[in-house]
Amino acid sequence: MCDTCGCGDPSKVSVEVHDRILSANDRTAAHNREHLVEGGVFAVNLMGSPGAGKTAVLEATARALAGKGRIGAIAGDLETERDADRLRAVGVPATAITTGSACHLDAEMVHRSLHDFPWRDLDYLFVENVGNLVCPAIYDLGQAVNVVALSVTEGEDKPLKYPVMFRKADLVLLTKVDLLPHLDYRVDLVLDALSRVMPQPSVLRVSARTGEGIPGWLSWLDGRRAAQAQGVPAHPHHHS
Amino acid sequence: MHEYSLVRAMVDRVEQEARARNATAISRLAVCIGAMSGVEPELFASAFTLCQEGILAGARLDIRRSEAVWACPRCAAAVPAGGVLRCSACDSPARMVSGDEILLERIEMEVP
Repeated sequence: MCDTCGCGDPSKVSVEVHDRILSANDRTAAHNREHLVEGGVFAVNLMGSPGAGKTAVLEATARALAGKGRIGAIAGDLETERDADRLRAVGVPATAITTGSACHLDAEMVHRSLHDFPWRDLDYLFVENVGNLVCPAIYDLGQAVNVVALSVTEGEDKPLKYPVMFRKADLVLLTKVDLLPHLDYRVDLVLDALSRVMPQPSVLRVSARTGEGIPGWLSWLDGRRAAQAQGVPAHPHHHS
Repeated sequence: MHEYSLVRAMVDRVEQEARARNATAISRLAVCIGAMSGVEPELFASAFTLCQEGILAGARLDIRRSEAVWACPRCAAAVPAGGVLRCSACDSPARMVSGDEILLERIEMEVP
């Protein structure tokens, strides 16, 4: 019976849904998260534009963690397994998700790739998302934290142009800081931009090339991982 | 463009609800898309037209936009979008009240 417009037509039914369009993805993400947390694995959804240095950061992380922490990676790309190959070359067990034309990873893709991947042996699982500052932001994968790599060659106003992505970030890694002496880049401007899109901006300056800032990144990861182990929610976003 | 995959997810849900009620047609869908959801309503609407077949062929899509609204979680003061996201009164980090929704609100269907 139609009670929307009051016409009383018995052949019209109005169904109130009020549910997230991505609720099926959210359920799969929750399932991934449950397994990962239960297995003691700290999962990082690493996002950023193409060329921001996501793979390079993971290579530097692997080198710095050698012998101290077991890491694995799932690398998403439109085409090729190049990122996964680079990570395997530095000793990181890595699997690739080739998305074809899809501009982001979703929880189901991550779920499927975990089936054939020895993730239970890991301390950290890095999901290197497709290089893109728009689409990956809206898909929960089951990660503990979102980390966005933003390079100093990209321009200080990127956070204002892509607010959805930066709002969802638990941490921004300002990458390629070894290049700062050669650029007119102003770090204060990017920090100001971040404070307008992130209520609690959290930024670390790193260089995968020189290793600058990598110890701070590792201790951030270690702290968040310890919080997860103690049952403190590390992913405070409420998905309405 | 993730709007197409969002529309696919919505269509799956709508078809499921329609089957459960033996609906013969969907007449209208109401969705809400937040200004900070990362979804373009125009792209969403044009992706929807690509999926309009069968039971959805004559469906109207109404998109309600919700603006980004931030407030202080401690003293409830409004924190203007675009500014530094901290409460000017008590300095607490702001919390988003609305603006990130991607919701299917209502389905209107015709039943035998």
